[in-house]
Amino acid sequence: MRKVAVIGAGMTLFRRRLLETGKEMCFQAVQMALEEAGLELKDVDAVVSGSAPDAFDGVHMKGEYLLDGAGGVRKPYMRVFTGGGTACFSPIAGWWHVASGLADVVLVVNEEKMSSITPHPQYAFANIWDPILDRPLKPNLVWIFAMEMNRYMTVYGIEKADIARVAVKNKRNAVDHPAAQLADPNITVDDVLNSEVMAWPVQRLDISPPSDGASALVLASEDVARQVSETPVWISGVGWCIDSTMWTNRDLSFPEYLARAAQQAYGMAKIENPRKEVDVVEPYDPFDYKELHHLEGLLLADKGEAPILTREGVTQRDGELPTCPSGGLMGVGNPIAATMGIKTGEIYWQLAGKAGRRQVPGSPQVGVCQAWGDLMQFSSVMVMRA
Amino acid sequence: MGRKWRGTPLTAADIAEGRVATAEWRPEAKYAWSAGESIGRFLEELQEGHLVGRKCDVDDTVFFPPRSFCQEHFVRAGEFVRLKNTGKVETYSVSYLDTDARRLEEPVYVGVISIDGAAEGMGFMHFLGEVEEKDLAIGMRVKAVWKPKKERMGAVTDILYFKPV
Ligand SMILES: [Zn+2]
Repeated sequence: MRKVAVIGAGMTLFRRRLLETGKEMCFQAVQMALEEAGLELKDVDAVVSGSAPDAFDGVHMKGEYLLDGAGGVRKPYMRVFTGGGTACFSPIAGWWHVASGLADVVLVVNEEKMSSITPHPQYAFANIWDPILDRPLKPNLVWIFAMEMNRYMTVYGIEKADIARVAVKNKRNAVDHPAAQLADPNITVDDVLNSEVMAWPVQRLDISPPSDGASALVLASEDVARQVSETPVWISGVGWCIDSTMWTNRDLSFPEYLARAAQQAYGMAKIENPRKEVDVVEPYDPFDYKELHHLEGLLLADKGEAPILTREGVTQRDGELPTCPSGGLMGVGNPIAATMGIKTGEIYWQLAGKAGRRQVPGSPQVGVCQAWGDLMQFSSVMVMRA
Repeated sequence: MGRKWRGTPLTAADIAEGRVATAEWRPEAKYAWSAGESIGRFLEELQEGHLVGRKCDVDDTVFFPPRSFCQEHFVRAGEFVRLKNTGKVETYSVSYLDTDARRLEEPVYVGVISIDGAAEGMGFMHFLGEVEEKDLAIGMRVKAVWKPKKERMGAVTDILYFKPV
């Protein structure tokens, strides 16, 4: 396999509603990524598009719909979709295009426009559930997360306040992100604990918002990367794994599928002791408890230990294991697949030393990003090196 | 860095009051699903007031809800097995949200209930009832409360909810 580098990243603002269409958002993100890479569209050999359920945009076959904005016209082009997991899975698809020798330069473009569906994106989420076993109960997607969170809290005896600290950290980190939708420099644990109960134990401030946004990455082979970039960031391990769709048959307290995906990625990256070797991490945080769940699944904390690390400040931007220095989905926003910009994109910027006010100290050398999706059963993981 | 962070934020009112050009569409698609072999039998048994699982003949694992093949051994599943009407709450939530994210005045209690006689931890989602919020607990023993027989339709809602034993 050939070495593959990220040499540019771009993203739009994340907002509840943007004027721009999905194609226009893709175009903006791609332009920003190509500018940083110092390349033009004619240099791109292939394009990977990532987007979550078609029902948000109301256009089926969204990959084709977004094609021109993603820069894919008359090129090898494909769409990948693993729900929220698309955020780190489309970069993996981009990686295999280059690693295999099929392409030297690949654009990865993720998009989500959740504002088009009215009255609320929840209407589209209702179509995710099993039509026969689940939908007659008229479920809300938040239920499934609330039940997972409750199981996690109960099995490991976790206090709600220790989970709320994640929301506080990420919304404060997001103050330094120019694209952020929900940054809050003054938020406190009490604000989270006193916010409206949606589906206990999930409260209003435990949850990331629906957003519009797009993001893009430029991936390159070693030859191209060394020619055009002074700060290539290498993709040194990838992994992904999916567990049973029968979510009511699984113990929700630990994401076993993620541990498998992480082991695959660490193995490829020759990471023997992730807790010692990983300098910065962007786990998927659509809910505050998910950051904790995912740190444990990534084997960066023992089961039930992530809340303690959070309480002790280990996961702060200047802590021993900076976690979601971007501000994450909790602070920057959650345009599902487009959160690639604050997962793979953020780790690229951090390892390239280009994260500006979000830069974690000590020039980090090894970073991990992760995303989570489908019916809370899938994870994608990427290990990157400066 | 000189990066250009672009995007033009809109408010809900910008759209509702026609300050930007928009177009509308309402899909009218309607679906009717065949429940399939195993879930079809499951629904028929529900109408009769029974819960059924289905066995893998390789290691006698009892799946609940029943399914037509074993995802581990990848063989066709064996006999259907009638299970008890009782089980255990594996997790639950107290929800103030309806399916369209509108706020409910009174919350609904929803949980995952693993069924006695099925493999460890194999359950399904259903409501919890005849219980105070403060008494809800993971590990709580519960039993099914059925609709009157003539109102049952062969659907998971033939069970009204599970109540504490
Ligand atoms: Zn089997």
